[in-house]
Amino acid sequence: MPRSKEAALRAKERSSKLGPDLDVESFSRDARPWAPCPISGLPEDILRQALSVGVRVDEGKRAGTYFQMDHSVVFQGVQRALEGKTEIMSTQEALQKYGWVGDYWWKIIDVNQDKYTTLAELKWDQGYFIRIFEGQKVDLPLQACLFISKDNLNQNVHNLIVAEPNSEVQIITGCTIHPDVKRGLHVGITEFFVKEGAKLTFTMVHNWAQDFDVRPRTAALLEDNATFVNNYVCLKPVKSLQMYPVAYCKGDNSRARFNAIFYGAGNSYLDIGSKVILQGAGSRGEVIARALASDSAQIYARGLLVGEHEDSKAHLECRGLLLSDDASIHAIPELVARVKGTELSHEAAVGKIAGDQIRYLMARGFSEEEAQSLIVRGFMDASILGLPDALESEIKKIIDITAKRIL
Amino acid sequence: MLKIKGLTVETAGKKVLENVDLEIPEGEVHVLFGPNGSGKTSLIMSILGFPNYRVVSGEILFKGVNITSMPIDERVELGIGVAFQNPPAIRGVKLGDILNRLTEGEVDAWKLAESVNLPTEFLRRDLNLGFSGGELKRSEILQVLAQEPGLAIFDEPDSGVDVENLEIVGKAINSFLDGRSGLLITHLGHILRYIEADEAHVLINGSIACSGKPIKILSQIMKEGYRWCERCPEARKPR
Repeated sequence: MPRSKEAALRAKERSSKLGPDLDVESFSRDARPWAPCPISGLPEDILRQALSVGVRVDEGKRAGTYFQMDHSVVFQGVQRALEGKTEIMSTQEALQKYGWVGDYWWKIIDVNQDKYTTLAELKWDQGYFIRIFEGQKVDLPLQACLFISKDNLNQNVHNLIVAEPNSEVQIITGCTIHPDVKRGLHVGITEFFVKEGAKLTFTMVHNWAQDFDVRPRTAALLEDNATFVNNYVCLKPVKSLQMYPVAYCKGDNSRARFNAIFYGAGNSYLDIGSKVILQGAGSRGEVIARALASDSAQIYARGLLVGEHEDSKAHLECRGLLLSDDASIHAIPELVARVKGTELSHEAAVGKIAGDQIRYLMARGFSEEEAQSLIVRGFMDASILGLPDALESEIKKIIDITAKRIL
Repeated sequence: MLKIKGLTVETAGKKVLENVDLEIPEGEVHVLFGPNGSGKTSLIMSILGFPNYRVVSGEILFKGVNITSMPIDERVELGIGVAFQNPPAIRGVKLGDILNRLTEGEVDAWKLAESVNLPTEFLRRDLNLGFSGGELKRSEILQVLAQEPGLAIFDEPDSGVDVENLEIVGKAINSFLDGRSGLLITHLGHILRYIEADEAHVLINGSIACSGKPIKILSQIMKEGYRWCERCPEARKPR
């Protein structure tokens, strides 16, 4: 038995320290296989859902695509012109194709961290491998879609992204379900390796259902002068979602930035945070979170900055907007300085829409409802994600749809 | 245009305006002087109908309509526009988006911004966030120009504005007010160098202490300060 499997078995019963505990056996492992096909060949309702998480059919707008339905890979590939610059395939295929891929497998995430990492190892359902070749700059974003079409299904993906030295790329990943799916469990392991001088911007959009549970486990390792931007957008209700991605700024002058915009509606339980560990000289980190809670949603917005090098600096900003008296937002920013010289700071603000802002906009002629809507939309400002214009306007559209629904 | 009769207002349980009478006829520009804390901003908030300013007695008529208990946005719809002294910052709401809504896309917001010397990059910035004192004033004035209200109220448009910009915004306000009604609040009166005003009032302790020609009143204040008003027998007359 491979060592990772042995280790995984040891954590089979281990609950996560955060988030509600789940009975992973209560979800089905029985998925029907999907035959490979071009994305445009997928049913209309699936494509509509995919678009709602930023995954497009018109492949001309994307450098490459990975599309997984349940446990099957239905499409993978990059535009012909980009072959040799970047590649995208299932992790299973990548592990078979390249011996070295195994060296990155479970390298920065503990396989025995908890029962969800265990599940991803013991009952592994593909996931994507993306590689950007050394020195290549890919202008169009690459996209990946992890789709669940069957009710009560458990999907466990393990993704691996390697940005080789001095490469540059944008990746957008959309995780979503068929409108008929009510319940289910998605576990996503994602390991990022951002090599020397590489720049990787990763944007993940989630769109689940009120009875759905989600447990992503994400880590990134940054080498010298590497930049990693991780954007997260979640705007639909979910039963419980717990994640606490981490970036290890190991290299000198490495930079990690986490931006998250999430909205808890209905009975959603969201426990979302980001960690940056500053290990290299001149390493920098930034964490920005915007949390909105309505109905009776419960949100925990965490952040952890750890300064392990004298010349390191990071800032954490968490803002929460409460739209209902029955909802709650608990902001937990943590700063840990292990050496003198590291500069860590945070600001956190949680509250309702400020009355003076509403009155001010009303004095400009907006009605009270319009004023609230403007403030909420502004709060979910896509420009904090630092995306190129085209991608930003796509994300903005997704956010605008949600803002309209909220108000 | 605006007629305030016997207005008494409370905020946070404290009386801030007492028995204020003020009339601004159509096409006239009036100036309101007063020391800090005399109730100038409270008067504006009351004209706008901010709910935390409670009218105890009296009434406010605008264009002949009693607006005393009208919601803010309806008063604005009738034609009242205010450039605030200390506007709140609103994250993610861009100044340019507000201007586009106010002008309904019919006026070139970029050109308007140039008229108050506000660099057009501000249109892409979050409303009032990280603006300097002078930038806030110019942004506020810009929004009122875009609103094109029948009665434009400027709350201390000259405080925190440097000399060069004072002339620019003063002239912009003056040309905007040509043929309109306006109320200008000023603490030190600098902006009056550029604006033609018809009448001035002095607010002391929440009441209008005196009214008269702007130049005359300003020169008295400059000479003797607001103590002059406090000593004025007219101001002490029982109402």
